[in-house]
Amino acid sequence: MKPLSQLRIDFMGRRNLAFIVSAVMLIVSIGAILFQQLNLGLDFTGGTLVEVRYGVAPSLDAIRQLLEDSGFQDVSVQTFGASTEVLIRLQQAFDGDVGNEVVNLLRANGDSVNLVRAEFVGAQVGDQLRDQSGLGLLVALGVVMLYVAFRFQYKFALGALLALLHDVIIVVGVFALFQLDFDLTVLAAILAVIGYSLNDTIVVYDRIRETIRTSRIDDMPQIFNEAINATLSRTLATSGTTVLVLLALLLLGGDMIENFAIALLVGIVVGTFSSIYISGALLIPLKLSREDLIPTKKEVDEEEEELP
Amino acid sequence: MLNRYPLWKYLLILVVLVVGLIYSLPNLFPADPAIQVSDAQGNALDERQITRVEEALSERDIAVKAVEENNGQWLIRLQSDDDQLDARDIAAEVLGPNATVALNLADATPGWLQAFSASPMTLGLDLRGGVHFLLEVDMDAALTQRLEVNASAIRELLRSERIRYRNTTIDERSLSIDFASAEDRDAARRLISRDFPNFEYTSEGDGRTSRLVMTLSDMAVNEIQDYAINQNLTTLRNRVNELGVAEPMVQRQGPSQIVVELPGVQDTVAAKRIVGATANLEFRLEARHDTPDAETERFEFRNDPARSAELMRDVIITGDSVSSASNSFDENGRPQVNINLDGTGGTLMNRATRTNIGRNMAVLFIEHKSEDRIEVDPETGEETIVREPYTERGLISLATIQSALGNSFRITGLDSPTEAAELALLLRSGSLAAPIYFVQERTIGPSLGAENIERGLLSVQIGLLLVVLFMLVRYKVFGVFANIALALNLTLLVAVMSMLGATLTLPGIAGIVLTLGMAVDANVLIFERIREELRNGMSIQQAIYAGYERAFTSIVDANITTLLVAVILFSIGTGPVKGFAVTLSIGILTSMFTALLVTRAMVNLTYGGKPVKKLRI
Repeated sequence: MKPLSQLRIDFMGRRNLAFIVSAVMLIVSIGAILFQQLNLGLDFTGGTLVEVRYGVAPSLDAIRQLLEDSGFQDVSVQTFGASTEVLIRLQQAFDGDVGNEVVNLLRANGDSVNLVRAEFVGAQVGDQLRDQSGLGLLVALGVVMLYVAFRFQYKFALGALLALLHDVIIVVGVFALFQLDFDLTVLAAILAVIGYSLNDTIVVYDRIRETIRTSRIDDMPQIFNEAINATLSRTLATSGTTVLVLLALLLLGGDMIENFAIALLVGIVVGTFSSIYISGALLIPLKLSREDLIPTKKEVDEEEEELP
Repeated sequence: MLNRYPLWKYLLILVVLVVGLIYSLPNLFPADPAIQVSDAQGNALDERQITRVEEALSERDIAVKAVEENNGQWLIRLQSDDDQLDARDIAAEVLGPNATVALNLADATPGWLQAFSASPMTLGLDLRGGVHFLLEVDMDAALTQRLEVNASAIRELLRSERIRYRNTTIDERSLSIDFASAEDRDAARRLISRDFPNFEYTSEGDGRTSRLVMTLSDMAVNEIQDYAINQNLTTLRNRVNELGVAEPMVQRQGPSQIVVELPGVQDTVAAKRIVGATANLEFRLEARHDTPDAETERFEFRNDPARSAELMRDVIITGDSVSSASNSFDENGRPQVNINLDGTGGTLMNRATRTNIGRNMAVLFIEHKSEDRIEVDPETGEETIVREPYTERGLISLATIQSALGNSFRITGLDSPTEAAELALLLRSGSLAAPIYFVQERTIGPSLGAENIERGLLSVQIGLLLVVLFMLVRYKVFGVFANIALALNLTLLVAVMSMLGATLTLPGIAGIVLTLGMAVDANVLIFERIREELRNGMSIQQAIYAGYERAFTSIVDANITTLLVAVILFSIGTGPVKGFAVTLSIGILTSMFTALLVTRAMVNLTYGGKPVKKLRI
């Protein structure tokens, strides 16, 4: 088998195509976020959620009707995993006892109904969490950027930041587009995606920095190509193993972490693409040059002379 | 010589691994399903009662694994999960209302591991079932309550000094007193300010509209709020302990919130009633006919709203002075609560009753509640939920004082034995210094918990298997090294989490699975680099050396940034998200250790310092 790094793929030559692909994904994502909006989970909206298990698969319409007849408004009833498991969401909760009321109501028909879980989140908590989460994302991006600027150079930091925003927007976009529940665990997954994608980006940047320092050529696209090709097999191997375990989590982990696994899977696929293409290619319009990493020879010599 | 470690490095690695192994082992012994039995009043339970429970269990074919006693609490370990709920019901039936029976998962760590004080990870609520409450402490009410107490004391002071006042009113954080003349006001100001230094005083108006306004200073407000939270924490802990729950958690979160987690509890209604109860008692004298209106208040009876009584505004004592309380029945079989007062409470009660024999004394039941109302903004049409706190006060008894009361007496007039039992419990555990409201609630059934563990473990196993195969196929002998490192990484991760007493949650398991995928990253980086150096024509030993050396900065940079994100995740997250952040951070640290040091040690032991013809990588 020929090693991947020997393929010498001309990534930078096709960077415009990559930019177009990214732009399309971003536009679709932003459009979905703006027009379809996120299907925010209970953690952020407040309300009541009741998960019950029936002995035999019930009719969802009958449940909805029963609840609406009993004065509950804005009822959403759906199956969750198995057809006997039903998830009931009530947008406006007057108090935390609604969960028990619902179960008693459903039992009144003589059906065998077991409460699997009930959650009640007050509206204030939801608002608070939303603010806190947004702040957390910003702080995470900010701190990471500072670190990259400190360890590398500000153009790298800018490139990394743009690549990360790209990943986050697309993951959130997928959740908006397919109307998946966006709850606290999905947010955790997105932060993990930031960590992961950054990990990838840094490995590529580290190699770019090394190649710039060691190679004699000044043609940046060629240097980037070399660095990306050299790290390609590593990038794919790591993404590969991570995707494998995530698939295991998605298929076997159960319904409660399904969305979490989806967010990570999408994030890692997009993150791998962005760290190969976007973060590297972005350094070209940012006009990264050898001088950004290595102070001009003259200065170095002078400094050395001053040392005792 | 290239690629050789000094002996101390091997020894260090060995020590870390052995310690890791010892502390991760307890997790291999699954916890026993158990029921925990304790006396509701906190006394030690009789061994004969436990024997009766055991007999009842064996009659119903429920296999008991072991029975242990610990500080008056009994733990009955069962063989099977399925029996747990039945066993609890049977035990509750046998022991009656005076015992508390709770579900528990009993640690099954063998003695020789316990000798190292090794214990398994705590399972989060999503893995073992239970109730999670988030409570908001009403800080405004805490201030109002404190002001009311002060107002009562000030009225008493003014009366004893014969200074005439007209009215006292309480505003958000200030207390104003109206006087008939400026002289009275000034005299009162001198008197009060000596005893109540926490206020800022301003005099308003003149003559018949003279008014003294006392405002709490910022420092005093902070102090009152901190006191309210801490007092509430103590009270909630007492109450939760009375519920007999195994390993409950009561914790402050942020400036005004409290988290309560009760593993194994399924009856949320009962738990909420006890945890959230804001009931308290007040003892007051009935007003005389000639008492001025400003000093009296009218209340209805709780069980008969048609009846009411005019009471004095001044409170003799509140439930806070109760040192112990228990419930029983009176001669006529009606429920009653027996009360013992603390020293000051007893003195106050004695002083008040001694001089008022023949008058009526009322027991007032006070409960803070709240009601959510939907308010529609007339301009935007947006609906917001407004919470309106209100206080319910009702008489539970009004009885003639026959003789001076001392430290202990009893109250009657309660609706049911349950109400008597709960009132006694609340009086015992202390009242809440400020009303609390439930803002979040989560109940997880035990079946869901067990299912989550099962699925979580399965995905860890399958994920691990996939990664192991991938690494073997791709890196051959080096893949074996990486896989051994991966297994050790998992061991260390579990060991560190157990040592820190971290809680394992479902997202935490996801964090472990993710860590497994990412943990091989460092090794992949190194191995790819070795391959590359070999292609570039380096000798085998030099390629290994250069591979580890050159991949080092990438690995450190990449992991530090991920660690930064994990730390931020930890600081903003709550509950389950925190669990994920914890496993992710620990996983990053342990994977760096195993990938950089442990695989290097294995590589060095295998190839270091000897001539190697071909590297199987």
